[in-house]
Amino acid sequence: MHRFANPGRFLRLANRIQPWLKALTALGFLLGLYLALIGSPPDYQQGETVRIMYIHVPSAWMALLAYLILGLASASALIWRHPLADIAAEAISPIGAAFTLLALITGSLWGKPMWGTYWVWDARLTSFLLLFFLYLGHMALLGAFDDRGRGQRSAAVLALVGLINLPIIKYSVDWWNTLHQPASIARMDGPSIDPSMLWPLFTMAAAFHVFLLAVLIERMRTLLLEAKLRNQRLAAFDRVQTEPF
Amino acid sequence: MIDLGSFLAMGGYAAYVWPAYGAGVVILAAVWFDGLRRRRAVERALQAVAQSRENDA
Amino acid sequence: MKRKTLRLYLVLISLGLLGTATALVLNAFDRELVFFFSPSEIAAEQPAPGRIIRLGGLVETGSVTKLGDGATFSFRITDLKASTSIAYRGVLPDLFREGQGVVVQGTFNESGNFVASEVLAKHDENYLPPEVAKALKASGRWQEGAGTAASPAIVPGASSDTGGEGNSP
Repeated sequence: MHRFANPGRFLRLANRIQPWLKALTALGFLLGLYLALIGSPPDYQQGETVRIMYIHVPSAWMALLAYLILGLASASALIWRHPLADIAAEAISPIGAAFTLLALITGSLWGKPMWGTYWVWDARLTSFLLLFFLYLGHMALLGAFDDRGRGQRSAAVLALVGLINLPIIKYSVDWWNTLHQPASIARMDGPSIDPSMLWPLFTMAAAFHVFLLAVLIERMRTLLLEAKLRNQRLAAFDRVQTEPF
Repeated sequence: MIDLGSFLAMGGYAAYVWPAYGAGVVILAAVWFDGLRRRRAVERALQAVAQSRENDA
Repeated sequence: MKRKTLRLYLVLISLGLLGTATALVLNAFDRELVFFFSPSEIAAEQPAPGRIIRLGGLVETGSVTKLGDGATFSFRITDLKASTSIAYRGVLPDLFREGQGVVVQGTFNESGNFVASEVLAKHDENYLPPEVAKALKASGRWQEGAGTAASPAIVPGASSDTGGEGNSP
């Protein structure tokens, strides 16, 4: 594990796989969009609005996955104080916030024609909105202190506290009666989605996963470079201070 | 072949389906290009620091 | 004990305490977190007139009628044990059909009738192309609400006939 957690090694590995990830992302979205918009049938109840599912569901999954990554990174940053963990946490939270926002917007656009409303305060929708605020809170706390280390530690604590929201989102549709329907994929008796819609969904989800990985690595690279820049500027400043005139 | 008009109409749900896809394109593109922009900015700044160090030496 | 190990236990214990606290709070607010009541719950405990409540269930097959003015609908919501009759004036969502789950918001009037100000359709978790749904029904392999009794108040697709064949053109 620690072999990959070395920043230098990470940068070399990242540089090597980044072009492949970008190509895979483009390919995945091309195929996914074709299947979602053209290569799949309308739903027997929902008609063409079912196509919103191919964006809504993967972005909701990514929003949850990103928070899981944020939680794990924050835990290892607090416990093992590894610098790469702090970088991963800082890199993932804007990505997670973007996916959460996308899931909320597409869900709203799906809810209006099907349910008859853009928004209701049921347990699923409310807990998902809370997820968005957790991401925003994490980003705000990171920048709230002059001392970067303090910001990172308090943001990590918030991220860990927010982990409790993940099971609530997942099981809200089972624990309470909600307007949102129960799970279609993660079910004991197999998915309740016809294969002709399941494969477009899985293709889109795969494209979203690769996209998430590509932008996460890009951001982690940037943050490492920014740390390097801060160190170099600090060193240059010290030189100026100590050099005789 | 698919008929473009009925494809764009999305069975009468064009006003919901297309904005949803539009939001997807806008948000994912924003995340992607913001990441690129920030990496390029820091790479330029690093280069500038290296340059000034060379000039000093 | 090493400091790292100590921090690990500290984080794990804090998360455990936080989880327990959240579970207790959610349990205590269970009734408030319910988005809607079922007709059986309403039958057992009639709410006071004028109190805004949400009521959820299936639209009873054959119960939907349009009243004289052409904009007021009357229908019954059932959870297969009890049912409540609803009056609603306005536009119904596209997914509203007999046998489909709905959630209505409104109040009971003085004479005990429920007057809805908002009707929301509830979707079940099944996604099928129209031809497959038709073929399944034709071959008699249409399993209504198989393994879908997750939420107690609504029995998704449990009626004998799910109404229309979808709103695809």
